Amino acid sequence: MKVELRGITKRFPGVVANKDVHLHVEPGEVLALLGENGAGKSTLMNILFGLVTPDEGTILLDDEPVTLDSPADAIAAGIGMVHQHFMLVPVFTVAENIVLGVEPTGRAGWLDRAAARARIRELSEQYGLRVDPDAVVEDLPVGIQQRVEILKALYRRADCLILDEPTAVLTPNEIDDLMQIIESFKSAGHSVIFISHKLKEVMAIADRIVVLRRGEVVGTTTPQETDEARLASLMVGRDVSLEIQKTAAAPGAPVLEVRDLRALDDRGHPAVDDVSFEIRAGEILAVAGVQGNGQTELVEAIAGMRPVARGTIRLDGRDVTGAQPRRLFEAGVAHVPEDRQRHGIIGTFPIRDNLVLNQSHRTPFARGLRIDRAAVAENAGRLIDEFDIRTPSADVPARNLSGGNQQKVIVAREFSRGDRLLIAAQPTRGLDVGSIQYIHRRVVEKRDEGAAVLLVSSELDEIMSLADRIAVMFQGRIIAILDRDDATRAKVGLLMAGHRDEGTSGKGEEPA
Amino acid sequence: MKTLLRALLVPALALVAALVVGAIVIVFTDPETLRAWASSARNPARALSLSWALVSGAYSALFEGSFGSVRAVSETIVTATPLILAGLSVALAFRAGLFNIGGEGQILAGAIAATYVGFTFRDLPALVHLPAALLAGFAAGAGWGFIPGFLKARTGAHEVITTIMLNFIALSFVNFLLKTQTFLRPNRADPISKIVSESAELPQLLGTQYRLHAGIVLALLVAWGVWWLLFRSTVGFQFRSVGANPDAAAYAGIRVGATYMVAMFLAGGLAGLAGGVQILGIRKYMTPGFFGYGFDAIALALLGRSHPAGVVGAAVLFGALRAGALRMQADTSIPIDIIVVIQALIIVFIAAPALVRAVFRIRAERVAEPEAFTKSWAA
Repeated sequence: MKVELRGITKRFPGVVANKDVHLHVEPGEVLALLGENGAGKSTLMNILFGLVTPDEGTILLDDEPVTLDSPADAIAAGIGMVHQHFMLVPVFTVAENIVLGVEPTGRAGWLDRAAARARIRELSEQYGLRVDPDAVVEDLPVGIQQRVEILKALYRRADCLILDEPTAVLTPNEIDDLMQIIESFKSAGHSVIFISHKLKEVMAIADRIVVLRRGEVVGTTTPQETDEARLASLMVGRDVSLEIQKTAAAPGAPVLEVRDLRALDDRGHPAVDDVSFEIRAGEILAVAGVQGNGQTELVEAIAGMRPVARGTIRLDGRDVTGAQPRRLFEAGVAHVPEDRQRHGIIGTFPIRDNLVLNQSHRTPFARGLRIDRAAVAENAGRLIDEFDIRTPSADVPARNLSGGNQQKVIVAREFSRGDRLLIAAQPTRGLDVGSIQYIHRRVVEKRDEGAAVLLVSSELDEIMSLADRIAVMFQGRIIAILDRDDATRAKVGLLMAGHRDEGTSGKGEEPA
Repeated sequence: MKTLLRALLVPALALVAALVVGAIVIVFTDPETLRAWASSARNPARALSLSWALVSGAYSALFEGSFGSVRAVSETIVTATPLILAGLSVALAFRAGLFNIGGEGQILAGAIAATYVGFTFRDLPALVHLPAALLAGFAAGAGWGFIPGFLKARTGAHEVITTIMLNFIALSFVNFLLKTQTFLRPNRADPISKIVSESAELPQLLGTQYRLHAGIVLALLVAWGVWWLLFRSTVGFQFRSVGANPDAAAYAGIRVGATYMVAMFLAGGLAGLAGGVQILGIRKYMTPGFFGYGFDAIALALLGRSHPAGVVGAAVLFGALRAGALRMQADTSIPIDIIVVIQALIIVFIAAPALVRAVFRIRAERVAEPEAFTKSWAA
């Protein structure tokens, strides 16, 4: 199906999300929509999916103007959308999720499970989406859940598929699989709109690339005509260097020493077991691993947010096992949490207050029982400038900011103090090139100032460009610790998948 | 100014909508008007004019009785005073993410303690006796409120359940106390307490012919204090952090359990003060039974969006409705219960902003907040 947007403009109070946007996708084409967070990609796609009504402009499907007032309209018109956050019922089976809302019914209105299964199998085979129709969704890995979302759209006879940041939650292997699925969908004559800010993927999969900046189309190109650096500067609006400049580490005394650590997950099973490592002042230890291998629990145990079942944690030689977050804060620990919405900010609070969230009880922000509002405002003004937080004012509720700017609020708060240990969990997840580059530079700066840095990331690129040493986590254990110089992408990738033999040639430092 | 107007928009529209629906209910309660409507095919003008006379008579009596004279204003304020304190109790707890359904129990605890101090230490000068009695009311309510806070912090017991149960425990405990020799009024067999001494009474503000007493001054000062605590102090910052996002608060080093305990302690204290003020300002002695403010207080906090100024405004509105209802019943023989219906309708319209939005065709952004309040009740 040919999809065309003509002159789309959408204004929200105080901001123009889309300004006179023109774009089109031909049948059998993959169009990549590239842009930073807040560039207006999601608004544009929500317009196409009937979730947002444009102020101006028309949508044409196969050259016919249409009005899409709801997702139901869009689905009926043949548009399918896979959201970044999946919309699945966890306790239902794959088949049940897929047919939900359009259930095939047999005689007397009974659900025709056989027909549903048959059609799902047919679709699976046609597009190479291997998935068991009878598996329960909550038991499936994220990559498979995404296939279920895609199947859901296909089952509704989607002719144009919108994928909103589809790779954000996937492992490298799953990303490869997704690329193949997109290829087969495309060769069946369907069109795909692929939203991303990851340049590598866009270059690999797109037939055409449209770059959005501040709600406007700033360039249309193809992978053949451009390269990653040119795309990045088009997206950000200035030249960016993708490589991080950093000198060799000059490690000092051990700051964080973790011995035989065990921590349990929310269901009481060991999520971290027998983990030991140390980080010295002035070095970055990066924990690599596919999501869900205990990294989250490891960070929470160290940061005082999860009980330690066994083992010890020492900070600058002092035992801080099971210490409360405030004590760690006072001891110089800064923590950029993995789940920024849940832990990092209070969405309804203004930026100003979020910037002092963990310091509201101490000078200069507290004077006795009273909060010194002038000091809070002064702090906000300074950090907003220094960390380039894009906001009309410090009074804006944090939830109104884009993901990247929310992260900058957290980074500003955490990096502006806490000089012994910096814990950064997935610090750039979902962020755009400009923000990633910025945060990477800050992390390295922190290291150069003599802080020990514990970086947890599921992005191999991030690990490779920041780490001084790399610890690979698999099923709750650290299965290898490599020096950066000994680590290759391939070696780390294999270790992440649990292939121990191939990877253990590095200098591990697990105690015997 | 614009944000203030915006904040007042939904409550004001809810009031209008409630009065309109209330008018229909009033028409239905009057047999003669109802008969006129039954035969309205023949004589629609009569049905309309009868209804108009009935409703306008009722509402003007309502207004007369609440704001039409010095006495009316005095009655409105007197009724509003304990409501302000009880509403602040619910609002404060709500800001910390707690649903204090236990206002009734805390009010009873505060009232019985204030009564005890009020009739026991007869020789104290008023300057000492009155504050001591008020403090006793606060402390007893605070203690009663602390129990569910402690249980939540230590065991995770949900405060909605525990506060409701503690209401009934307080009720029975007060009934028991009133039958003991300490409380029982001499030569009385029914459970009714001794009368507090004059030195513990809240001073009358407009002489003895009006009931207006100094409790309103105290209530307004406390409202200001709660506002300061919530929005200007480190403690309030922690309350609001825990209320808005307990996970983020814990991450930021705020002790969530301790915050629950302190918040419930203070909330209980405010409710206890409501009981104490009502005893020392109006009742002067204790009788068995709920005061009935604790449940209104929940509605007030909702109507006032858990903001002290909003709670004061909502309490004055409820006070006016209550005070005016007496006059309305006397003048028009419309039952006083109609006011309860109107109050309930206001709450329904507040709690269902989509309804108000649909009726008055206003845009969604403006009514986003009350939705958040009601939604969280389910959590």
